[in-house]
Amino acid sequence: MSPDLLKLIFGRLGFESLPLHEPIVVGTFAVVALGGAALLGALTYFRLWGYLWREWFTTVDHKRIGIMYMILGIVMLLRGFADALMMRGQQMLAFGGSEGYLNAHHYDQVFTAHGVIMIFFVAMPLVTGLMNYVVPLQIGARDVSFPFLNNFSFWMTVGGAVLVMASLFIGEFARTGWLAYPPLSNIGYSPDVGVDYYIWALQVAGVGTTLSGINLVCTIVKLRAPGMTMMRMPVFTWTSLCTNVLIVASFPVLTVVLALLSLDRYVGTNFFTNDFGGSPMMYVNLIWIWGHPEVYILVLPAFGIFSEVTSTFSGKRLFGYTSMVYATVVITILSYLVWLHHFFTMGSGASVNSFFGITTMIISIPTGAKMFNWLFTMYRGRIRYELPMMWTIAFMLTFVIGGMTGVLLAVPPADFVLHNSLFLIAHFHNVIIGGVVFGAFAGISYWFPKAFGFKLDPFWGKLSFWFWVTGFYLAFMPLYVLGLMGVTRRLRVFDDPSLQIWFVIAAIGAGLVLLGIICMLVQFAVSFLKREQLKDVTGDPWDARTLEWATSSPPPDYNFAFTPVVHDNDAWWDMKKRGYQRPLNGFKPIHMPSSTGTGIILAGLATAMGFGLIWYIWWLAAASFIAMFAVGIGHTFNYHRDFDIPAEDVIRTEDARTKLLAGAK
Amino acid sequence: MSRLKILALLPLAAALSGCNYVVLAPAGDIAAQQRDLVIISTVLMLLIVVPVMALTVLFAWRYRQSNTEARYEPDWDHSTKLELVIWSAPLLIIVCLGALTWMGTHLLDPYRTLGRIHAERAVDQSKAPLEVDVVALDWKWLFIYPDYGIATVNELAAPVDRPITFRITASSVMNSFYIPALAGQIYAMPGMETKLHAVVNHAGTYKGFSANYSGAGFSGMHFNFQGLDDKGFDAWIASAKSAGGSLGRAEYLQLEKPSQNEPVRRYGTIDSDLYRLILNMCVETGKMCQSEMMAIDAKGGAGHQGVNNTLPLAYDKYARRGTALGLEPSFVAGTCTPDAPQGAATTASIKAPTDTAPLLGAGLKRPSFTPLKSSSFFLGQRPKSDS
Repeated sequence: MSPDLLKLIFGRLGFESLPLHEPIVVGTFAVVALGGAALLGALTYFRLWGYLWREWFTTVDHKRIGIMYMILGIVMLLRGFADALMMRGQQMLAFGGSEGYLNAHHYDQVFTAHGVIMIFFVAMPLVTGLMNYVVPLQIGARDVSFPFLNNFSFWMTVGGAVLVMASLFIGEFARTGWLAYPPLSNIGYSPDVGVDYYIWALQVAGVGTTLSGINLVCTIVKLRAPGMTMMRMPVFTWTSLCTNVLIVASFPVLTVVLALLSLDRYVGTNFFTNDFGGSPMMYVNLIWIWGHPEVYILVLPAFGIFSEVTSTFSGKRLFGYTSMVYATVVITILSYLVWLHHFFTMGSGASVNSFFGITTMIISIPTGAKMFNWLFTMYRGRIRYELPMMWTIAFMLTFVIGGMTGVLLAVPPADFVLHNSLFLIAHFHNVIIGGVVFGAFAGISYWFPKAFGFKLDPFWGKLSFWFWVTGFYLAFMPLYVLGLMGVTRRLRVFDDPSLQIWFVIAAIGAGLVLLGIICMLVQFAVSFLKREQLKDVTGDPWDARTLEWATSSPPPDYNFAFTPVVHDNDAWWDMKKRGYQRPLNGFKPIHMPSSTGTGIILAGLATAMGFGLIWYIWWLAAASFIAMFAVGIGHTFNYHRDFDIPAEDVIRTEDARTKLLAGAK
Repeated sequence: MSRLKILALLPLAAALSGCNYVVLAPAGDIAAQQRDLVIISTVLMLLIVVPVMALTVLFAWRYRQSNTEARYEPDWDHSTKLELVIWSAPLLIIVCLGALTWMGTHLLDPYRTLGRIHAERAVDQSKAPLEVDVVALDWKWLFIYPDYGIATVNELAAPVDRPITFRITASSVMNSFYIPALAGQIYAMPGMETKLHAVVNHAGTYKGFSANYSGAGFSGMHFNFQGLDDKGFDAWIASAKSAGGSLGRAEYLQLEKPSQNEPVRRYGTIDSDLYRLILNMCVETGKMCQSEMMAIDAKGGAGHQGVNNTLPLAYDKYARRGTALGLEPSFVAGTCTPDAPQGAATTASIKAPTDTAPLLGAGLKRPSFTPLKSSSFFLGQRPKSDS
């Protein structure tokens, strides 16, 4: 075929785009391909496709979507963590003239992909998944405000993840660092597909995140059970509200800044180039105006989880509920006033730098207040050391260290000597792992019995916990030390042999974290096998306090047969105390949204469009764009949007629960 | 078991392996003051962090479920006094730290000229500071000493106790200029200038590098910074002078091409205008200097006649920017004459900007022309209005 025709059909995609010269990638591909084939084969063999499509892919049930988010987060954690292991391996080996085992082309992709995946496709799905699952249950709702939108949001996030994963085997990923600062990320210095993968993966996933933010804000504002005033909302719901407000307000900034970067790359504008008065500094400002709130988007829900867990496992009301809520709101607002602390070294004047330094420090006041609130919740409690509580204690001890180094970095002159060093790396892993990841794990072990009807196996859970915690300290404390020795980040090879020992320790720590992850996967498998022993029939295995524990585990499709009425901020605890009787009759049909495949189809088309734009396959981009419109318009003619669960079904479900509860006693 | 023992000994081995905590033990006064700030801030915060950690452990232990002797008050959830304490304790720390930050940030502003050489000695005003112009290239450092007329690649030297004024820029992408022993870092950005004032107090050789990832050769982008006594510095300058080699615009354009792990190079003579040209991104002949562009813009711009002639404003040098969908880079390749009313036939082969004949650039003679009246210059000939 003529080259022109090939170019028309395949854009810049060709055989040379496949990284066949990278043995590591080829090996990975072989494993993924075999594993994937085995999985697809098994699904086909057990005839599960129809089930998956009907019950999961097309579902609009917030609970199932929440679970799918969690699965996405955990799968992507494996990928992101594999990148981390490769980095630790490279930095451990590349001393004394050794080049290590990764060349610059590969290594630079690895650290970029690690950052992007961990933030956008691990932390975000885990956090969004937990919010999706828990928030409607906590406020006594039957679903989110816009159930179809929820499904669509999830699949858009998956679409972004698919693009990032595709970059591993088709072409390459960005070699710019996870925020893709121009001019390096502009077409002059990154002419290949890497940055385009970055842009479109984040744009596709970003649509999902923004819409899911809108959805949850609406849900929390409009769908609370009667009696649940704002100041009676559970703290997790409060932090979710603040997080989603942050999402709605900040993700559009990311979308716009990436759109401007793509204009630079695709049509030759000069927003962030060196030419024609373009300003790369503008990009750095804009991306951090999104990026700093993003940190709080991740950590606020984690704070909410810790609040729920501490109060439940201390058997005590949360200390200082009101100040907790105000602290959350203050953090939400302040998170917009600190972005410049990510680049004090850009040379803004001393007054600007001090302003942003001091606003950053002010955030530590409400955060500190929260810490004390958790402490005094434990005070005079009866603390049960189940897994969620163990994660919480580990969080409290770890996070204060990360918080302290964070405030240290907020002092501009201190930042001048520590910025971009491994000290900074240690700091943000300290708060993100110690805060967000520990929080997500606390949340998973806390709400797992609610979602599946059986608890997680404590033995493997504790094993995983100890591996994670010791692994974390071994992996990141050496980085603090290295930072104080003036070692900067993203280096591929080192000269000074005396540094090597610290990287060896860090690599051992990463190895322990790997064991922690393996134990966690084993924990899921063992718990599934032992599900009869670990079964929870009460729906309230932890003697907990909020509404999600008032219904069965797992909850029925409709969550609550009757919408509960709330009189206290620990609604379920209050109901238990006042001798609440489950209603046993008077059930009515329940109005519910119907499943639809539109979400997954639209997201698939969006992903195809992204792929077309990345590879300059214009016909594919245009066709999928038009198809998206067509499907979207077609969906407006879908009149099967809702249905009623017949009263008989409700009665059957509730009677089954009555029997189970009677059996439990 | 023996393996486990070795593992247990690792941290100890690490601590003893003769590490150089350069951030905590720097050789320059600015870095030392920054170090002090690091330590004071940490101590201030430990005032609250240590009690919190201790209380966490204490409460976690004391109020465990199995300890039935501890008090249990399931409904105790508020205490105004405690609330006041838990908000005001961090507040007080932050007030102190904030004051410290405000002062420290202003006193240690990299743009601020030095007031002292070290804690006991003020700056000797009779001696001029050493001026060094720093250019971050892909992937090496160029240091220009304008007062001495020399330049070096990947080697920097300064006399002990003499203030240094760095002017810092970059050729293509962003880097960060950082010598931990001397002073904190500051970004090096193309087309922009940052400044750093610092002084080295102890003779010695220290590491300097880029602290902001800038592409494939980033790991090799480091240099040695030598603190020398006055005699040693003079000798160093003399050796650089005698090294021969000259760095003019043509040599610079060769030098700035991407290369990795560059050895030290010295140039005995330099084009004294080079740094200004680099900063204004017009080393290449045919580029319009940013300062000129800004001057034109400040006067209201050149109107729509200049719109198509974009070549002198495209500064990215060796990697000509292209786009997937945009127009080809456009520039004036010929003028129309009565013989060729559409202009001279342009050939598709004209695209490399590197060797295109000068269009308009710094230092070039401007074509002589008689200025038109401003209204006609911008809008073309128009019939006179009746008024």
